[in-house]
Amino acid sequence: MFPEYDVIVVGAGHAGCEAAVGAANMGAKVMLVTMNMNTIAQMSCNPAMGGVAKGQIVREIDALGGYSGMVTDHTMIQFRMLNKSKGPAMWSPRAQSDRMLFAAEWRKRLENNPLIDFWQEMATGLVVKNGVVKGVKTSLGLEIPSKTVILTNGTFLNGIIHIGEKQFGGGRAGERAAKGLTEQLQELGFESGRMKTGTPPRVDGRSLDWEAMETQPGDEVPSKFSYTDTPTLKKQRPCHITYTNKEVHETLKEGFNRSPMFNGRIQGLGPRYCPSIEDKIDRFAQRDRHQLFVEPEGWDTCEIYVNGFSSSLPEDVQYKAMRKIRGFENAKMFRPGYAIEYDFFQPTQLRATLETRLVKNLFFAGQINGTTGYEEAGAQGMMAGINAALAIKDQEPFILKRSEAYIGVLIDDLINKGTTEPYRMFTSRAEYRILLRQDNADMRLTPLVKAIGMLHLDERMARVNEKNEAVEQIKKYFRKNSIHPDQANSYLDSKNSSKMKQRDKLLPLLTRPHITIEGLRGCQAELDNYLKGFDNECLEIAEIAMKYEGYIKKEEELVGKMNRLESVNLSEKLDYSQFVSLSAEAREKLNKLKPRTIGQASRISGVSPSDVSVLLVHLGR
Amino acid sequence: MIQNESNLQHDLSKTIVAQATPIGSGAIAVIRMSGSQTFTILKKFFKNKRLETAKSHSVLFGNFVDSNGTVIDEVLVSIFRNPTSYTKEDIAEISCHGSSFIINQIIKILIEGGAQLAQKGEFTMRAFLNGQMDLAQAEAVADLIASTSEKAHQMAMAQLKGNISKQIQALRERLINFASLMELELDFSEEDVEFADRTELVNLLNETNTTVSKLLESFDTGNAIKKGIPTVIAGRPNSGKSTLLNSLLKEERAIVSDIAGTTRDTVEEVFILAGMEFRLIDTAGIRQTDDVVESIGVQKAIEKIKGAALLLFVFDASTSTVEEVQSDIEKYRIPNQEIILIANKLDKISPAQKTVFESLENMIFISAKDTSQIDVLEHKISDWASQKMADDILISNHRHYEALQKTKVSLLQVLQGLEHQMPTDLIAIDIRQALHTLGEISGIISTDDLLDNIFSNFCIGK
Repeated sequence: MFPEYDVIVVGAGHAGCEAAVGAANMGAKVMLVTMNMNTIAQMSCNPAMGGVAKGQIVREIDALGGYSGMVTDHTMIQFRMLNKSKGPAMWSPRAQSDRMLFAAEWRKRLENNPLIDFWQEMATGLVVKNGVVKGVKTSLGLEIPSKTVILTNGTFLNGIIHIGEKQFGGGRAGERAAKGLTEQLQELGFESGRMKTGTPPRVDGRSLDWEAMETQPGDEVPSKFSYTDTPTLKKQRPCHITYTNKEVHETLKEGFNRSPMFNGRIQGLGPRYCPSIEDKIDRFAQRDRHQLFVEPEGWDTCEIYVNGFSSSLPEDVQYKAMRKIRGFENAKMFRPGYAIEYDFFQPTQLRATLETRLVKNLFFAGQINGTTGYEEAGAQGMMAGINAALAIKDQEPFILKRSEAYIGVLIDDLINKGTTEPYRMFTSRAEYRILLRQDNADMRLTPLVKAIGMLHLDERMARVNEKNEAVEQIKKYFRKNSIHPDQANSYLDSKNSSKMKQRDKLLPLLTRPHITIEGLRGCQAELDNYLKGFDNECLEIAEIAMKYEGYIKKEEELVGKMNRLESVNLSEKLDYSQFVSLSAEAREKLNKLKPRTIGQASRISGVSPSDVSVLLVHLGR
Repeated sequence: MIQNESNLQHDLSKTIVAQATPIGSGAIAVIRMSGSQTFTILKKFFKNKRLETAKSHSVLFGNFVDSNGTVIDEVLVSIFRNPTSYTKEDIAEISCHGSSFIINQIIKILIEGGAQLAQKGEFTMRAFLNGQMDLAQAEAVADLIASTSEKAHQMAMAQLKGNISKQIQALRERLINFASLMELELDFSEEDVEFADRTELVNLLNETNTTVSKLLESFDTGNAIKKGIPTVIAGRPNSGKSTLLNSLLKEERAIVSDIAGTTRDTVEEVFILAGMEFRLIDTAGIRQTDDVVESIGVQKAIEKIKGAALLLFVFDASTSTVEEVQSDIEKYRIPNQEIILIANKLDKISPAQKTVFESLENMIFISAKDTSQIDVLEHKISDWASQKMADDILISNHRHYEALQKTKVSLLQVLQGLEHQMPTDLIAIDIRQALHTLGEISGIISTDDLLDNIFSNFCIGK
């Protein structure tokens, strides 16, 4: 019934969809197996993409040829560039999307790709022969043969949903859990664990008092995610902000004895940075209010997502407490919040390609690896898809360095450190933040995937070349051309910058704090005229490159230093138990993880700096 | 003596041996052996039945024989058992008689028995590799071995005990705290968290910066302790500088005559006082001269004064006026330089003349005939020096100094960034840089050449 596929992707969430795209655009024949064709690319939690560090990841996925950025651009209802008041490393795009349009747009794009086939059924097992995966078994007893398999099961593996004292199997509200895979993987020798995450109630927007809440509008000049020619927003829907209060907290506390979080029924590890409301009240008892973001679920729906009110308390307690929130006095609930527990596999069992060490050609991506977030999932899916396709062609794996992409940081952290709570990206996880900006993801990454044969990159590559050229030209202009004190001084003065005494080049002026290209072009007509030949994006990148050159250089130097450790290779055949001088923990971890380089070894938790010195010395360095 | 200078190779399964005492003849010499085979090898040649059962840190007496059973020497063997030894391995230290024939024989026999000749710094390398010490401590061993005065020894010991590592660790922790406050603002800007108070951050940073600066300042002192405190005797010709040098050294080191300008070149001698080492430098008398050789000497004297931590300025009380002395000092002394004024030829002046000079600060009267005042001078010198060296933690290592200096630069950039209200993410880059450079000291970030550099500074068998 089925031909042999190059890649089977199990699961059609954010990781699964990007995995299918990544593999197909590398020329692989892909089968996407999902339990329900109608829930492809669901936003199971909040209807938003991006945010601090996550927005950078979406742009990186787009730069690699993924679809998350384009889908978001076509379906967003609000766009904000976060952290605009901070330095360029921190600018982070974030969009509210129309949940239903988002899923529809994804499905349309997947269907438009002739290399992707679909099968709607639960995958219940893998076909594994001699340590190599050969295909997937389904609940009907079918076998789909394939050269590689990517598992992106999300929260579905033995998922259990908790609402108060009620608990039932399920992978998402209203959907069945997936059974069988975990058990088989355990038999194959994989270590599994349990994690927990939660989601807040959805409410009826028609029942809320919008006047009582603060309005949070989108940007006046909205930007977007994709480097391709996607549309920007002409009109936007605002979000709103309100707060909990003491009364809300007291009411919630009444239900604590029936909370699965507190009575020990939930054993999985939840994220510290995305706690449920009951967790916040419990752990930060001194705070008498917590901020809530009231987010619309789409253009034409009254369904509202109450961001910050995630809860697994009994539905009656959620309801009662919610109605004590300002603006929510008459709120009607569509569905209560819930907590979900699911199986994950410590990502230290993976190689940098996301292939498992235990079973050849089997890849894991997304929440199955202990991560959280659409963006983190999509990024892993993309990388697994690309590497699965490369594995078939026997090509070199595609691995991004920590200095090249947040995606590189993400995967490097996962495979070396593992995780004890759902892993989310933060900018502080990246040591080269100023290099990994949202504005230059295409310049960093598109040439890299182009080089390994990714299809459909022409538009992005043309844009990369255009940007590189524009930046060079603008930089040259600022280096060569000068400005007279009479032209610049009143502007400088207005920015509390010292006045010029004689003509000076534009470049040194631009590097002063608070001085911008926009401000300078207001001072001099020639400059303004010259810059009219460039679009805003190019101007912005050129400005960053010139203004922050010192900092960029500093980080580049650090990268150079660190890359020396990255270039010292370690053989996978190395038996670390012979190095008696390593700590016992380091020996065990190194034997288990088999790092590719000294640099990677240095980031494995349990491997101390002196262990690294020992390795260097042993290698005769 | 057999020596092996080739590149370090680190096969920890091998048992290594080398002479631990300096090469050259002495009453006794110590040969040290370390590794898992130490006692198995030694058993073949050392005749004492208790070798295998003796407790760690005990000493055994017996004959050392060759493979034919011929006695080479009567020796004492100190036993250190893994892991309570310097290298965390089994160690035997063989004290034999200090003849180079015996030493070479014993080492040769042990090598034939399965040991390998240790390479430069290999014992310490093993201690480091076996997790016995961090990088800063390993460096301290090199200093310890080279220490020539009590104070230098104390300083190396302090570093070996990890005092500097501890201080750096404390600094790092402070900076990490600071960095995390910044990161909080960056990663959670959209969330409802309270941000760090800028004035508090600046205070924290200033405090950290002060600690770093203090450590940096201690480098001069630390270096002086390690290499001897440069102490220059200067003054006009024939004021008695060389006499003073000889009195302090208690030997006729410099030629003394009544002829002005006898000392043409600088004379340098090591002088130990109260456990501290001084580099006592006698210089040519400073005056205008047409004599080419003498004028070179004068020039040299002026240069030496510039490099001195302590200036002993000598003048002839019977021929100088207070004004002359004051103007000389103003001319030659560098700002803030510690100075002791020494009025010579006390026996040739009247009590009234003496009173005039007593108005000058830090004044001592001496005379060649009465050396009792030399004790007073010695006290003055040692008081000053021990006060100056009182800081508990001193930096004496160049690598540490450089790393601290880079750290300071980064810290100042952080402060500057805060002042100019630079974006937090850019400020964070400098904090990370500071963390990086601090980490280099205790080897938290260790690069390969760092290691090579450190370990190549060791002598064999130490």
